[in-house]
Amino acid sequence: MTLLMALTVALVGGEIHTMTGSPIARGTILIDNGKVSAVGTDIDIPENAHVIQLAGSIVTPGLIDAWTQLGLVEISGVDASNDTRSGLGDVTAFHRVIDSYNADSSLIPIQRIHGVTTVLVVPSGGLVSGAAAVFDLSGPAPVVPNAGLVARLGGQSNGSRGSRFWRLRALFDEAIVYGKNKKSFERNQYRDLFASRLNLEAVLPVANGRQRLFVRVDRRADIRALLDWAVQHKIKLVLVGAREAWLEAKRIAKAGASVILDPTANAPSNFDSIRSRADAATILLDAGVPVAISTFSTHNVRKLRQWAGNAVRTGLSRRQALEAITRRPGEILGLDGHGLIREGSVANLVIWSGDPLEFASAVKEVYIRGERQTKSHRQRVLFDRYRKLHRSSPTKGSGDVQP
Amino acid sequence: MVNRLQGYHPSALVKIFGILIGLVVGSGCGGLAPRTKAKKPTPVAVPLQPPIALEPDAFDKPRRQAGSILIFNATILTADDDRPRIERGWIRLKNGVIESLGPSPAPAQADGEQRFDAKHGFLTPGLVDTHSHLGVYPSPHVWAHSDGNEMTNPITSGIRAEEAFWPQDPGIERAVAGGVTTIQILPGSGNLMGGRGAVLKLHPSRESRAMKFPDAADALKMACGENPKRVYGKGRRAMPMSRMGSLFLMRKTWIAARRYKLAWDNWRENREKMVSGILMPVTPPKRDLNLETLALVLDGKINVHVHCYRADEMLLQLKLAKEFGYKIKSFHHAVEAYKIRDVLAKEGVSVSTWADWWGFKIEAYDAIEQNLALLTESGVIAILHTDSEEGIQRMNQEAAKAYWAGVHSGVKLSKHDALKWITYNPAIALGIADKVGSLSVGKHGDVVLWDRHPFSVYSKPQLVLIDGQIRFSSMQKTPPWSDFEVGQ
Repeated sequence: MTLLMALTVALVGGEIHTMTGSPIARGTILIDNGKVSAVGTDIDIPENAHVIQLAGSIVTPGLIDAWTQLGLVEISGVDASNDTRSGLGDVTAFHRVIDSYNADSSLIPIQRIHGVTTVLVVPSGGLVSGAAAVFDLSGPAPVVPNAGLVARLGGQSNGSRGSRFWRLRALFDEAIVYGKNKKSFERNQYRDLFASRLNLEAVLPVANGRQRLFVRVDRRADIRALLDWAVQHKIKLVLVGAREAWLEAKRIAKAGASVILDPTANAPSNFDSIRSRADAATILLDAGVPVAISTFSTHNVRKLRQWAGNAVRTGLSRRQALEAITRRPGEILGLDGHGLIREGSVANLVIWSGDPLEFASAVKEVYIRGERQTKSHRQRVLFDRYRKLHRSSPTKGSGDVQP
Repeated sequence: MVNRLQGYHPSALVKIFGILIGLVVGSGCGGLAPRTKAKKPTPVAVPLQPPIALEPDAFDKPRRQAGSILIFNATILTADDDRPRIERGWIRLKNGVIESLGPSPAPAQADGEQRFDAKHGFLTPGLVDTHSHLGVYPSPHVWAHSDGNEMTNPITSGIRAEEAFWPQDPGIERAVAGGVTTIQILPGSGNLMGGRGAVLKLHPSRESRAMKFPDAADALKMACGENPKRVYGKGRRAMPMSRMGSLFLMRKTWIAARRYKLAWDNWRENREKMVSGILMPVTPPKRDLNLETLALVLDGKINVHVHCYRADEMLLQLKLAKEFGYKIKSFHHAVEAYKIRDVLAKEGVSVSTWADWWGFKIEAYDAIEQNLALLTESGVIAILHTDSEEGIQRMNQEAAKAYWAGVHSGVKLSKHDALKWITYNPAIALGIADKVGSLSVGKHGDVVLWDRHPFSVYSKPQLVLIDGQIRFSSMQKTPPWSDFEVGQ
C-alpha cells in the first residue's frame, strides 16, 4: 500500500459520477498522494502509473453519512463500550468526540465495504451534547476535529421545550459576552455567568458563526423559533432529523440553513413529528434547501445507499439522491474536496458493479485518500469461518474449537 | 349429554350448576329433577374448560369482496415451488379468493368485473411478517400506548397481544402500503413467557378480533437471553438474574403446565362419578390462564415462537422443547442461526430474522449478512421478519438486501427462494401456508402489484389487495385509516 501511494494510480474506463456535472463515460481518474490529480476522458497516463481497468464499472465519490456515532459505540447495550454521552451534565459543549473516537472499532470496516468512506461522528445526550467531528473511515486522524456543536430541542418528559431553548439562547448570549470580556473574566472582575468557562470557550466559535450548530429538532414551531434566532445571530444552522421542516421549506432556504434527514421517517412517532412525510426531502430540495440523507444509524451506516434509493421512491431523481449522500453532506459539513470527484479532491472513491443505489450492485473497491481498503471485516471472517460446518464444530457436540 | 370433544356445551354447564345448587339448597328430590327442569341454555362467557371455544365473535365482521377483480399483463412471482414465475400473467380474485391465474391471454371480462392493466409490473403474494409489534407498540410512541410487555412477572403466558392491540396505529396503513397483508403481533421479550400472539389480516378495523386470521393458531411468545435477565435481574434483583435462572423458571413452569394439562385431561375423561348411586359431576380443576396457554401448547394448538439470538441458547431451547414435548415453530431474531443451521434443518424449526440488524446488544454481535442465505442453502425454513414499523414498510428491500448479500458471497440461492422469505415461509411458521403465502387457486386474495421487480430499491406497490379487497392503491389518495392522523 505505501509503495502504491508513491505511484500514480490510474482508474481507467469506468463511468465516473463526479457529482460536478454529467457522468463521464469511459473516463480516467489519476490518484496522486491521496488526491485526485486528474479526471476526464482525455488524460495522459504516466508511464509508471499503476493502471486499474474499470470497464463496465461505476465510480462515485465515497459516500458520506452526516449523522452517525461510529467509533463511539461498539455494542449499544454494553455501557462501557458506549461513549456517546459526556455524562457530565445537560450542557457539555466542551465534550469532544475526538477524545473517544476508536478507529479500530469493528463496526468501521463493515460500513466501509458498502461504500461509506466519510462520516460525521456526533455525541448525544442533554441540551448541548458536545462537539462533532468528521472522520474518513481509514484511520484515527479526523478530517475535521471540531465540525460544530450538537444540541437537541423539543419535547421532553420534564420541563418545557421553551425553557430549554431559553437556556440555549442564554448560553450563546453569555458566550458572546464572555468573548468580549475575557480579560476581566480571567481577573475575576466579571459578573457570574450561568455557564462554565469550559462551556463558554466551546460555544464561542459557534456563537460567532465560525463553526456550525447542529440541532436535533422536529417540530415546526421549534424550527421556526430556531431559524429566527439563528438568522438574528448569524449562526450557521444545520437542522437534523427535522421531520416537520418541509412545512417551513422556504423559510429554511431563506435562512441559509440546511437539513440532514432520514427519508424513511414517515410516521407520527411522537408529538414533535406528527406531520412527518416520506417526501420531505423532495419538498425541501424544490425550495432550495441543501439536504443530506443520513441513516441515523451506527451499526448500519452501510444501508446509506438503500436510504438514498428510498428517497427516489418518494420523488428525488437518482442524481439528487446520490448527491444527498455525497456532495450535499460534504457541503453541509463544510468539507473541501469530499463528496465529489475533481482535480484536487480527496481520493475517496467507490467502484460499483452497477447503479450504486441498487441492491444488485456490489462494491468492487473502496479507496480512501487514495488507498485501496481491505475487504475483510469481522462479519466476513465469521461468514468464512462458518461457510462450511465442520464435523468438529461445537454444534456437533465434540467440543473442539471451530477451525 | 356432555360433549367431551368440544368442551362444555352451555346447556351442560347449566345442568351441572343446577345439580350443585340443587344439592346445596336441598331443593328438588334426588339428582334427576334438575335435569328434567333444564331451561333454555344461558350463554356462558367464560367456560370452565380450555380451549376457549365459546368466546364471542368480533363485533365487526370482515366484509367479503363482492364480484371479481382481474389483474393482467403482469409477471407473476407466485412463491409457489410448482410454478414460481408466470410471464405476462393474469390473476382473477373472486369472493375474496384466487379463482384462477395463468399466462396470457387473460380470460374475457366477467360480468361487472374490475380489470387492471399491470403494465408489465410484478405480482406477488401479500407479504407476511411473523414478528410485529404494530398496535401494541403503536405510534406515537408514548408510555400510555406501550402495551407490548407486561413486565410484572417473568411468566405471563396467559396475556394476549390482541387484547392490547390498538387498531388505530398509523403504522398499520403504512405496512399495507408496503405490501404487507398478514402479520403476527407478539408481546415483547421482557418476560420469559411474554404471552400470546395473534395472526391478523391488515384490514382497517375497529378491533383486533375483526382482523384475526380465520382459524390461525395463536402464538406463545418466549424469550431467552439478555432481555428477561436485564428486566428482572438487573432492574429488580429478581429472578431471572442469569440464564440459569431463566432456564430454571421455564422448566419449573413447564412442569406445572404438564400437571395442569394432566389434571384437565383426567377431568375430561371423568366428569361425572357415581356417589351413592347418584351420578355426580366432578369439580373441574381450577383454571389458570398462564398454564392454560401452555397446556394448549402441549396439545399442539398454540405455536411456540422463541426470541433467541445465540446459537447455544437456541440449542438449549430445543432441549427444553424435547424435554417437555412441544415443538418450536420459529426462532426469532436468531442472528447466530447460521452456526447451527444443520440442527435447525434437521429439527424442522424455522428462523425469523433480519437482513442486517446487529450489534445493539452483545447477543447480537455475531450477526452476518448471509444468515438467511446460508439457512436457505441448508434447507432451513428461512424467514425475514421486521420487528419494526419502519422495516415492515420495506420487507421486499430487506429480502433483496439479504438475497444479494448471499449471492455476492457465492451462496447458491434463487430470487424465488428469497421471495419465500417474506411470503410462503412466514406463512408456514404461522401455520397458514395452506391459505396464504403463495399464489395458487383457492388461496386468499392477498396480492401485491409492484411497478417493477420487488427486489429493486425503487420498486413500489401499486395495488395491495387483502381478501380480494383493494386496501392500497398508488393511484388513489385516501383519507388516513387512523383516526389519530385526522385533522392534524
